[in-house]
Amino acid sequence: MAKLPVSEENIVTLFGPHKNYSPKEGYEGRDEPDQLVKTHCCFCGMQCGIQLSVKENKVVGFEPWMEFPFNEGRLCPKGVQRYLQNNHPDRLLSPLKRVEGQGFVPLDWEQAMTKTVSEIQRIQKEYGNDAFSMLSGVSLTNEKSYLVGKFARVALKTKNLDYNGRLCMVSAGAGNKKAFGLDRGSNNYSDLEYAEVIIVAGANISETFPTLTHWIWKARDRGAKLIVIDPRMIPLARTADIHLDVRPGTDSALYGAMLKYLVDHDMLDHDFIDNHTSGFQETLDAVKDNTLEWAEEITGIKKEKIEAAAKLWGKANTSFLLHARGIEHHSKGVDNVLGCINLVLATGRIGKPYCGYATITGQGNGQGGREHGHKCDQLPGNRDIENPEHRKYISEVWGINEKDLPGKGLSAYEIIEAIHRGEIKGLISICFNPLVSLPNSNYVREALEKLEFYVCIDFFLNETARHADIIFPGSLQEEEEGTTTSAEGRVIRIRQAVTPPGDARTDTSIILELAKRLGVKDKFTYDKSEDIFNELRVASKGGTADYFGITYKRIEDEMGVFWPCPEEGHPGTPRLWEDRKFKTPDGKAHFNPAPYKLPGEVTDADYPVILTTGRVVSQYLSGTQTRRIGKLVDQYPEPLLEIHPNLAKQYGIQQRELVKVSSRRGEGIFPANIVETIREDTVFIPYHWSGKKSANQLTPGTLDPISKIPEFKVCACHLEPLREIAPPSNESMAYASI
Amino acid sequence: MNYTNFNIHEEFFVDMQRCIGCKACELACAECETNGQESMIHVNYVDRASTVQTTVQVCMHCDDPVCANVCPADAISKDEFGIVHTANTERCIGCSNCVMACPFGVPKKEESYDLMMKCTMCYDRTSVGKKPMCATVCPSGALFYGTKDQIQEMRPNSTPVNTFVFGQEIVNTKVNIMMPKGSTELIIF
Repeated sequence: MAKLPVSEENIVTLFGPHKNYSPKEGYEGRDEPDQLVKTHCCFCGMQCGIQLSVKENKVVGFEPWMEFPFNEGRLCPKGVQRYLQNNHPDRLLSPLKRVEGQGFVPLDWEQAMTKTVSEIQRIQKEYGNDAFSMLSGVSLTNEKSYLVGKFARVALKTKNLDYNGRLCMVSAGAGNKKAFGLDRGSNNYSDLEYAEVIIVAGANISETFPTLTHWIWKARDRGAKLIVIDPRMIPLARTADIHLDVRPGTDSALYGAMLKYLVDHDMLDHDFIDNHTSGFQETLDAVKDNTLEWAEEITGIKKEKIEAAAKLWGKANTSFLLHARGIEHHSKGVDNVLGCINLVLATGRIGKPYCGYATITGQGNGQGGREHGHKCDQLPGNRDIENPEHRKYISEVWGINEKDLPGKGLSAYEIIEAIHRGEIKGLISICFNPLVSLPNSNYVREALEKLEFYVCIDFFLNETARHADIIFPGSLQEEEEGTTTSAEGRVIRIRQAVTPPGDARTDTSIILELAKRLGVKDKFTYDKSEDIFNELRVASKGGTADYFGITYKRIEDEMGVFWPCPEEGHPGTPRLWEDRKFKTPDGKAHFNPAPYKLPGEVTDADYPVILTTGRVVSQYLSGTQTRRIGKLVDQYPEPLLEIHPNLAKQYGIQQRELVKVSSRRGEGIFPANIVETIREDTVFIPYHWSGKKSANQLTPGTLDPISKIPEFKVCACHLEPLREIAPPSNESMAYASI
Repeated sequence: MNYTNFNIHEEFFVDMQRCIGCKACELACAECETNGQESMIHVNYVDRASTVQTTVQVCMHCDDPVCANVCPADAISKDEFGIVHTANTERCIGCSNCVMACPFGVPKKEESYDLMMKCTMCYDRTSVGKKPMCATVCPSGALFYGTKDQIQEMRPNSTPVNTFVFGQEIVNTKVNIMMPKGSTELIIF
C-alpha cells in the first residue's frame, strides 16, 4: 500500500523540495511589521533567541534578539533564514490522500480523520494494538512531546512508540544515567568562560552548533587550551592547541590511554574518587594495558599528541569536556560516552564553577523531548516505563488503570525492522523523516512499502511522507505556543507568531482530534498549550527531570529556568552536582569500564576505506526544512565526498570527479572534494540528502546494545572513480532528491 | 546627515582566525532592505584543498577612501562619522573605477542594477544605536562591533590594527583587524 502512488519526479513537481528565496525587496510589510515575536530558532539544541517579524499573520523576516543571554543576537545561517518556512510554496495546506496513479489529492479533514481512525482500528483489531506504531521527533516542543507519549499509550494503546532522538542523544543519555543517574548536560555554557582546558570530542561545533563557538573563544581569550578530537580538521580544530585526528571507531581506545596516563602520573582527585565515586578500581583494571603506544596503533594518533592532551587535561584546575554525535553514533556509543565521563570523574572536575561536562544535544528540543515520554522505554519526568512505582504514578496522573499502560516497546530502528518483518502493520509519524535519517535507506524504503497503513503529520511532504496513505498538514514551531529545553537544560518559551496557513492545523489539535475519535476524549481535555505544560509539570514531579516548579510566567520573567526545579520557589539548577548528591542508587558518581572494542564493521580487502558521515553548516538533519530554503541550498548544493589527496592519488581520483562509493548495503555516486583536512584512511559524506544522493544508502544499521543508536560514524566502503567530472553543483538538483 | 544616535566610540573589528566560514554574515547582510538580497560582506575559502581557513571581507571605511577619490561622478562620500557610503544611485555611472582602485577589493559592480554597491556599515542600524547586522549575528566573534576598550578587555591576546601598508602606500581605516598582541600595522607583500 505504501509504495509511491506516482513517480518521484511527479511528487517533487507538486510538493517540492522547491527552493524558497525572499523577494529582492523583501516580503511585503517587513519594514513595518505588526509585531516582533521573541521566540527561538527551530533548529539545533542551542535554541538561540530570535525575533520573528510578523505582518498580517505571515512571518516576513527576523530581527536579532539581543537580550537572550545564551546568544545575544548571534545566529548561524540556518537561523538567519529560518523565517522562510511559514511563507513557503511547499507548505501543505490541506489533508491529502494517496491515490494510486494520481498521486496525493486533497480531501477534507472529516474524511481524512475517519479514514485514519478506521484504519488504526482495523489494524489493531486484526493484528493487536502493538501492530500500530508511532514515530515522533524532538523538533517538537515539550508539550507536543509529552502529548505524543500520552497519545500513543492512552489513545493508540501501543507500546511501539519511539522518536528520532534515537539517532541523536541516546548514547549520551544512557551513559549519563549510568554514571550520574540523570540525563542532562551537567553545566550551562557560562561555565566554559574560565575553564583552563576544553576538550571537544566528536562535535563539529562551528558547523552544527555555530553559536557555541563564541563561548569557546571566550575561554580561549582567557588562556584556555583547546583539544579537539575529530577525524577531520573541522573549523574549530584549525586553531586548536591540540587536534587529535582519531580514526573513526577508535575513540574509547584514546580515552582509555588518557585515563591510564592520569593514573600513572597521579593526576587524580583522590578525595573526590574516594568519597563521591564508585567503580574506580574496575575501570582502572580495564585500562591497565592501554599504553600510549597501543593507543597510537589503534587510533592512528601520534602518541606524543595523546600524551600532550592527557598532560594538559591532568594538570588543569578547571575544565569542560563537550561531546556530540561524533562519539555517540557508534555501536559502542555508550562506551565512548563513559570513557569521557571517566576522564572527568578521575579529575573530580564537576559540580564546581568552570568545571563542566556535557553532551551537546543536537536537535532543537533534543533535551526536553527526551525527558517526557515519547521514548519507547520512558514515561514523563524521565521515568522508567518498567518501574512499577513510576507506572503507578503516571497512570494516576493520566487517570488510567496501570495494567492498561503499555510496557517497553521497540526503538526507532527496531520498529522499522519489525515493519520489514511484517510484525508491525501500521504507522503514524510526526516530525521524523526516517527514509533520509536512518541508516541503510534501501532497507527502510522496503519496510515503508510493506505498511498496510501509514499516516503522517508534517508541514512539508518529506521523503518518508511520500509513502503515506494519509497526510495531515501540521504546524511549524512558530505556529503554536509551547516550551523547549535547550542543550543547557534551560526551559524556554516558544511563541506562536502566526496561525498555520490554509487548512493546516496545529499538531496539537490534530493529535487531540485523533484521541477524541479513538474514544479517549476525557483524557485529553486541554484548551491551550499551557494546560498541557501544567499537566507535564505534575507528571514530571518527583522524577529526575523535575519541571514542577517551572511555569510559563517564570520562564518569561527569568529568560528560562534550568531543571531540575522541584518547587515554584526553587531557583532552578544551571550547574548540577554542586551538592555531590548524584542520582544513582548509591548516591555516587559511577566510573564504568569502557574497554576498547572493534566497531560493528571493519575495513577489509573488499571494502578497504572507512566512511564517516556528518553535517554541513547550512543544512539541518534530514533537510525537510533546509533543503527548501534557497540560499541554504546554494551554500552547499550537493553532498561531496571529502577525500585526502594521498588516498585520491591511489585511485587516480581528480577534483570533482564522480566516485561510486559502495558498502555492503548500497551505493551512491558523489563528486570528490580532495582536501588535506581529513585522515588518509577515511572519507566523509554529509547525510542531509535523500534518494541517490543519500549517504545513508551506505551506512550500517548496527545498533549500540544499550542505547540502540545506529552506527552512522563508521562504515567500510569501496571507492570506484567513474572517470567523469561531475556537472556543476547547481545542476545536480540534489536538494530535490530525485 | 543629522543622526544623533551614531556612537562614534564604537568601531568594527574583524578577527580572521575566528572565522568559521558559516556565512551567517552574508545571509544576514543580504536581508537589508537596501541590498536587494545581495550581500555586501564576502566570505571565501583561502584554499579549501589544504585548509578550512576562510576570510571575511567587509568595507574597511578608509580614512582617505580611494574609491571616492577616483570616482568621476562624485557618487561616493565619506561622512562626519567616517562611514564611506555606497554610491549615490543618482550619480553612479557604473564605470567601475572604484572597483579597480580599492586596495581591499570591496566595491562590486552589480551588473543587474549597473551600480556599484558596497557596505555602509549598516548605516540604517548604526545611526540609531544598533550594531551592524553582520557583527550582530556572527556566531564566532570573527566580527565584532563595540569600543576599543571593550575588545581589548575581552581579547587581551590580540591587538586591533587599522594601518595597512601596500608597498609605498599606507592606508588607515575605520575598520580594525585583530592581530597578534603588540602588532601596529599589517604589511601586505
